[in-house]
Amino acid sequence: MRPILIRNALLVDPATGKEQAGDLLVAERAIADFGHGLAAPAEAEIVEADGQVLAPGLIDATVFRTDVAAAVAGGITSVLLMPDQSPPLDDPALVERAERLGKPRLWVRPLAAATRGLKGRELAELSLMKEAGAVGVATGRAAIADAQVMLRLLRYAAGLGLVVVSHAECPFLTAGAVATEGEHATRLGLASAPAGAEALQIARDLRLAEEAGAALHFACVSTAEGVELVRRAQARGADVTAGTAPAYALLSETALIGYRSFARLSPPLRSEADREAVRAGLADGTISMLVSRHDPRTEEEKRLPFADAEPGAAGCATLLALGLSLVHDGLLSRAQLLALLSANPARRFGLPGGALERGAPADLLLFDSGSPWRIDADDLPGLAGNTPFDGLPVQGRVRLLLKGGERLI
Amino acid sequence: MWRPGGKPACVTRDPEAPAFPHPHLLGIEGLYPWEISCLLDEAEQWVEAGRRARKHDGRLAGLTQINAFFENSTRTLLSFEIAGKRLGADVVNLAAGSSSLKKGETLLDTALTLNAMRPDVIVIRHESSGAVALIAEKVDCPVLNAGDGRHEHPTQALLDALTIRRRKGRIEGLRVAICGDILHSRVARSNFHLLTALGAEVRAVAPPTLMPAFVERLGATAYTDMAAGLEGADVVMMLRLQLERMEGAYVPSTREYFRAFGLTRERLRAAGPDVLVMHPGPMNRGVEIDSAVADDIQRSAITEQVEMGVAVRMACLDVLTRARRGEG
Repeated sequence: MRPILIRNALLVDPATGKEQAGDLLVAERAIADFGHGLAAPAEAEIVEADGQVLAPGLIDATVFRTDVAAAVAGGITSVLLMPDQSPPLDDPALVERAERLGKPRLWVRPLAAATRGLKGRELAELSLMKEAGAVGVATGRAAIADAQVMLRLLRYAAGLGLVVVSHAECPFLTAGAVATEGEHATRLGLASAPAGAEALQIARDLRLAEEAGAALHFACVSTAEGVELVRRAQARGADVTAGTAPAYALLSETALIGYRSFARLSPPLRSEADREAVRAGLADGTISMLVSRHDPRTEEEKRLPFADAEPGAAGCATLLALGLSLVHDGLLSRAQLLALLSANPARRFGLPGGALERGAPADLLLFDSGSPWRIDADDLPGLAGNTPFDGLPVQGRVRLLLKGGERLI
Repeated sequence: MWRPGGKPACVTRDPEAPAFPHPHLLGIEGLYPWEISCLLDEAEQWVEAGRRARKHDGRLAGLTQINAFFENSTRTLLSFEIAGKRLGADVVNLAAGSSSLKKGETLLDTALTLNAMRPDVIVIRHESSGAVALIAEKVDCPVLNAGDGRHEHPTQALLDALTIRRRKGRIEGLRVAICGDILHSRVARSNFHLLTALGAEVRAVAPPTLMPAFVERLGATAYTDMAAGLEGADVVMMLRLQLERMEGAYVPSTREYFRAFGLTRERLRAAGPDVLVMHPGPMNRGVEIDSAVADDIQRSAITEQVEMGVAVRMACLDVLTRARRGEG
């Protein structure tokens, strides 16, 4: 394989927060060297970066589908796959198969189903699935309703050193609901659940995790109260982390007006105050992962009355550009954003990547953070274009993507 | 046609514009007061026409009206059918039980199929909020919302308003108490929008479990005590309590509900002396309303509402099809 020399880039290492102008040499599928004025080996491919940002490939800590085209377009080289597959990832063979699905262009890191069939009753074979490649264990699209099962899951997973990824919505309060209780849901006549359904579940799971001494990760926090509960738990030393998706930092329940089923998400979009709190949580580090929750849906699943449409949005291809809008807004520094998008998930789930290190696999992303484009649902790379951001002007494009030294873009 | 916000404070009618400029009637929210009044004024003539022996008017002759009811209905479907037939339209009904929706066809495919039959107006009822607006985007003719989920039921609000206006002579300044299962009621939502647009004082009276969040943002004042909510009311509008609500733990029993929120003669004493009692039907006698009140010809306007329903629907069908009849 030809070596690649990327010249005049802004090297950002999200693991340390360090930024430096320089060159980076890729050889033998790994980062051979970086620094100032690197000499180009004979027959090396030279890429002139013109000061664009060079960073580790993104690690998307929550996707619901393996969608290689969408991930590649979004600069993502690893994804954590939720166990809500068909069938659910509750068996070592299924985990092994899921892990192979994206190769060689995308590393899929499966999260094991916490319970058999994700039904929330019997524990799945977590130890065997860990051996098969599961990097954590997840409750999937729904929380585990039974506190006894949840406590045992947390204790068992703690023994295995697995992080438990929980869905933070009380399943009883949210049964049948498609929106957050409030003026908009009332006007639109949509069945709704109070925003407190999230806090209720977070409070319970936190209490149980502290009881069990387990590592807990909330896949998506979307309310002010939820962010505050996580913040306080972290302050008292609990082993808890949280993620969120761009939609909860950029949109609120007003996006439901006109019954736009692309804005039917799980958890549902919240109030403006919640949106502000999510942004504050991202800025102060309470929320340490920005994830796509990539969930491509077909026309048949989305071209329906709001309440009948399936929840979820395609997110891989727009994750970086939407994240960069938080940088352009002055909410996050560039290194902070890249940590949310790679270093933090890598550290939490013990994954390779998320850092610029000599000898590390060359999963690298070069992007320019300024070039403008418009999100177009009809023209989004990947399996489907169901994005609530259709028509939104954004900035930032992937210029080069290397996966194991192989050039994908 | 949805417009953000409620009533604009300083918008006045453009005298050049048609009185009702919208292609569809999907809801009351977003309509201007004069647009609502225009539909009510138009309906008056059909009340008179309906009382004559020969009720037929041929202005919709040759036009096809499809009543697509994806959710079961008896009285609303019948009312729209009679309204269309009195105007001379060729009326066909598509009832939920016989529709291919049950065979897995998507709602939009059904809409496109209906559209291909080149109807001149489609009346739609659907159990899902927003479904009627979704269909309206896909068809080439006016669409009339006959009820979508918990969202809106505009012709019900119009017929209620017509009933009130004829009995009371006005709507502005009246105190109207809407009582019962407001959470699940599209009738209540449409009435909040319409009555507040025309200047009535609207009260929402319900147990806390059946009161939607932020109901005051729709212009209504919330009361969880029936006696307080009825105090000085000029109109009391009762809503039907779906008997399956017991299952969702909304209320414990019909007996207890009737005790706290049933409309009885005693309870009605708190209201104004000439109080008008209304109900969109079908009534659960002894659950939300006592028979003695329902059948009180002095106060009850319940059968009159049914009569006004036909007139209002005739007006809506007429107004919405004017453009395609070349009378825009």
